[in-house]
Amino acid sequence: MRALISQRLIILAVLALVIAVLPFVFPSSYYFRVASLVWVSALAAIGLNILMGQAGQVSLGHAAFFGIGAYAVAIGPAHFGIPSWAALLLGAVLSAVLAYLVGRPILRLKGHYLAIATLGLGVLMALVITTESGWTGGPDGMPVERLSLFGWRVSGSYTWYWVTGGLLLLGTWIALNLDDTPTGRAFRALHDSEVAAQVVGVDVARFKLQAFVIAAVYASFAGSALAFMNGFINPDQAGFIHSVELVTIVVLGGLGSVVGSIVGAAVLVTLPQALTVFHEYEHLLLGLIIIVSMIFMRNGIVPSLSALLSQRGRS
Amino acid sequence: MAEFLQFLISGLTVGAVYALVALGFTLIYNASGVVNFAQGEFVMLGGMVTVFAVSLGLPLPLAALLAIGIAVVIGLLLHRLAIEPARGASAVTLIIITIGASIFLRGLAAVVFDKQFHKLPAFTGEAPVDILGAAVQPQSFWVLGGAAIVVLALYVFLEHTIIGKAVLATAANRLAARLVGINTTTIMALAFGGSAAIGAIAGILVTPITLTSYDAGTLLALKGFAAAMLGGMGNPIGAVVGGLLLGLLEAFGAGYLSSTYKDAFAFLVILVVLFAAPQGLFGRRVVERV
Repeated sequence: MRALISQRLIILAVLALVIAVLPFVFPSSYYFRVASLVWVSALAAIGLNILMGQAGQVSLGHAAFFGIGAYAVAIGPAHFGIPSWAALLLGAVLSAVLAYLVGRPILRLKGHYLAIATLGLGVLMALVITTESGWTGGPDGMPVERLSLFGWRVSGSYTWYWVTGGLLLLGTWIALNLDDTPTGRAFRALHDSEVAAQVVGVDVARFKLQAFVIAAVYASFAGSALAFMNGFINPDQAGFIHSVELVTIVVLGGLGSVVGSIVGAAVLVTLPQALTVFHEYEHLLLGLIIIVSMIFMRNGIVPSLSALLSQRGRS
Repeated sequence: MAEFLQFLISGLTVGAVYALVALGFTLIYNASGVVNFAQGEFVMLGGMVTVFAVSLGLPLPLAALLAIGIAVVIGLLLHRLAIEPARGASAVTLIIITIGASIFLRGLAAVVFDKQFHKLPAFTGEAPVDILGAAVQPQSFWVLGGAAIVVLALYVFLEHTIIGKAVLATAANRLAARLVGINTTTIMALAFGGSAAIGAIAGILVTPITLTSYDAGTLLALKGFAAAMLGGMGNPIGAVVGGLLLGLLEAFGAGYLSSTYKDAFAFLVILVVLFAAPQGLFGRRVVERV
């Protein structure tokens, strides 16, 4: 028990240290922006990992919730005059409600059927956002009003680095704690064997739904953060490719590993940035990175590495 | 009546393309258990290669053959370089690999060709044929006829040739197939090559109607997947019926309800069908053994 708690603290401390130290080695504000992108993607991936890695359910449409969060903070202030911070919360509530409503029928499905259903949900959301241009600006996207909290106008890549870093720490802390609650244990039981979990009295449907709602709320917050940070939003954020990127981050980092999601996000976000010199080849390279990393790291970076380390330690 | 007929024919035409994509999905899924999201890229390649070969002065039949050939080679490479090395990986990992392959092929097409929309001339003229008041493009008959021939050929191949029966045996039980001496790796390669050819044929047939571009494959793959699901994954007849149904739904939905949400109908229906019948329309109810 004590070992578990301290391991959790170590992870949080290391993450906090990394967030605090990175600014000293960053030569320009561009790096702050890229790092913020990593934190935001990691936040969404940690949520999705609760659904995929812990509860064992796949979602190929998770960008839908990312999109809801992003468009909530864009549309709320612009069309309804809602303060930005309230729109942020409203987006999270909307995501949770939608996940709750569609989650029950969708999560009854298994395997490929679950994949196509979540994919359908994601595509529908992206279609609505692209089509309802009166509200969303259509395919061109729309500007997002800056977030202001108690008169403090949150803007600039430096400020957002700290805000998103803080959000990531919070999200990581919650996810790590969840792992060690009855809910977290129920999720893991689900992942190992749904039938066995059901037999020992786990309400399978309820816990799957819980994981789905939690994952949706994570994605919504990440989406809102990105929208505020960029000051602009377009339908790509809610699209199929973004859903795929999120799933890739989770699997690449390691299913069920919170640290893995952060590492996965770091790899998948920074690699294309590093390769922008080959702008023309961007998609070609992204596809190649996905294929190669899935073939050679199919258990994910963090689990593969820790298996290697513990092997070394034993020999 | 004329309007109804118009929607019916355009729905069947689009549906035939979805059916071919779904058939390609099913072939690969049955042989290897892989859901191949790069299926739409074969359709794109069929169209794009033909367009560029024709623009280089090749006659259309030769260009079409070349396109099918290139698609088959890419299908075989996909199997050899991306699927074979990942043997034994989980379903989600394999899905991500094929999605990665589809992003890769799209990027490749954007670099090798360009990012413009392209059109092929209709095979037998553009003048619409009047059928009971509905104006039908002659190319529609090519699409419907071509799809019917492909389906028939696949049926004959699977049911009446030794290799076809080996494919069916592999689909039914991979281990048992290996035990009776079937080289399942070759069968899988065959499935990838065959399904690439089917996809490319669909692309060549439909490009005169719908135009093509480097990113035309994504939505087609999603809808083909939806069609395969609608019919019940792994069932070839289900895939064809699912494809045609989806095409009809879109055509009538766009005609009578809302054309801006044309693409949404497919996915809305998928969700409803899956909620009501989680195994698809023609899927077997699977009893889970513990």
